Amino acid sequence: MNSAMFIQHLLNSLTLGSLYALIAIGYTMVYGILRLINFAHSEIFMLGAYFVFWGVTLFSLPWPLAMLLSVVFTAGLGILVDRVAYRPLRDAPRISALISAIGVSFFLQNVAIVFFQAIPRAVYRPAWLENPIILGEVRLLPLTLFVPALSLLLMLGLVYVVYRTKTGLGMRAISKDIETSYLMGVPVNRIIAITFGIGSALAAASGIMWALRYPQLQPIMGGIPGFKAFIAAVFGGIGSIQGAVIGGLVLGFIEIMTVAFFPDLAGYRDAFAFILLIAILLYKPTGLLGARQEDKV
Amino acid sequence: MLKVQDLHVWYGGIHALKGVSLEVPRGRIVTLIGANGAGKSSTLRAIAGLIRNKKGVITYKDRDLTRLDPVGVVKSGIVMSPEGRRIFPHLSVFENLQLGAYSRSDADGIARDVEWVYELFPRLRERREQKGGTLSGGEQQMLAVGRALMSAPEVVMLDEPSLGLAPLLVRDVFEIIKVINERGMTVLLVEQNAFAALKIAHYAYVLETGGVALHGPGKDLLRDERVCRAYLGG
Repeated sequence: MNSAMFIQHLLNSLTLGSLYALIAIGYTMVYGILRLINFAHSEIFMLGAYFVFWGVTLFSLPWPLAMLLSVVFTAGLGILVDRVAYRPLRDAPRISALISAIGVSFFLQNVAIVFFQAIPRAVYRPAWLENPIILGEVRLLPLTLFVPALSLLLMLGLVYVVYRTKTGLGMRAISKDIETSYLMGVPVNRIIAITFGIGSALAAASGIMWALRYPQLQPIMGGIPGFKAFIAAVFGGIGSIQGAVIGGLVLGFIEIMTVAFFPDLAGYRDAFAFILLIAILLYKPTGLLGARQEDKV
Repeated sequence: MLKVQDLHVWYGGIHALKGVSLEVPRGRIVTLIGANGAGKSSTLRAIAGLIRNKKGVITYKDRDLTRLDPVGVVKSGIVMSPEGRRIFPHLSVFENLQLGAYSRSDADGIARDVEWVYELFPRLRERREQKGGTLSGGEQQMLAVGRALMSAPEVVMLDEPSLGLAPLLVRDVFEIIKVINERGMTVLLVEQNAFAALKIAHYAYVLETGGVALHGPGKDLLRDERVCRAYLGG
């Protein structure tokens, strides 16, 4: 393998890793606050992708506008899911919300099958994403640069919200102690809704870029990326945003490099993520950056 | 005046408060004393809006608070500092104080009140960039009180502020309560340290098994034979 190829693989793993990271952030933020694994997150990712192609093909919207609308729409959908399926269970045992999440996941998947049909659909990429960029010996799809760049921008925006705004302060407070935050006048339900909105917007962004990168849409497309992003979140330490980003990038790197260096193992690429999950759960259940999580009383 | 009439609270099937009535006049320190499980904390939590499963009427300045959520209660001028201090260990002292002001949007007023809290507790100013979790127990209690004050309340409810503190710090806590009362705030204090609480309180209620057993001015209860036997160890 020469260095040009290596750089190409590196950029590919950065692309894939960013996509995982964007989804993983949503898992980790919701878990950080509600101790809930939002299984419907994969479907939010899938719907974000569908909405764009709906906008482009059905309403002939220009790409950037369709993307923006899809992200906004998906964020609203995430908020709706919280309002309908999780908020009524806030005081119920945690397992109830988890089961509700599984229910929402199946529900959205089946709604997608009804509306969009189960057959996979090809995605036609806009022309400005088709022409390869040539840098010396490295040939790149524009997406290979576009995805990490946009992801980085979104993550910086997220860091700004979480660490520099009042809403972010509220998020950090309720992730530690919901009741006391409430007593101090933090509108807990609104902050949770915003958290779902942000997580869903990032998942939509990831879903859209995923569909451009692997140009196919189907209602079950959220499953595997969603699971892997969840593993990334666990690997990084669930509840930690930085952890989710690192976890996503590491997972992307492992996946691309294993296939690059051991082409014979390509068929097992999905298995590595799950082996990683089992290994973390056995040896470091709190993940890279996760703090030991005392159960809240 | 904060007024509670015939307050009942249920936890699951357990009838925890069985008709508590009390009045907290403006500018006063009123204390609730009683044994563990008598319903002191439940009374505060119900007033603060944390408990939904309740019956009775809670009014403040003739406004009905009974159905408000905690955010609504804070906005109407009543704040509760919970038992065990419950400061945010991963946020800085300054951020803890900012969080206390979450219901407000007057940036100038908030900045002024941060200064006021620092003036009240100089230790907090020294440690303003430190994480709350690194403070000592006494400093955490100061922070918990300061954080509650940041909502610019008229009534401050304190749940067991002296619990778990060294005796010298306990004295400081009661000093602080007197100071914030002198600055014009009404205080509703729940304490297991009945002696100290009765000494500073203008009025006191003794709770027993979910109801008011007796009430009267703090000084009178200090001399009351039943109170002495049950709560003051004499």
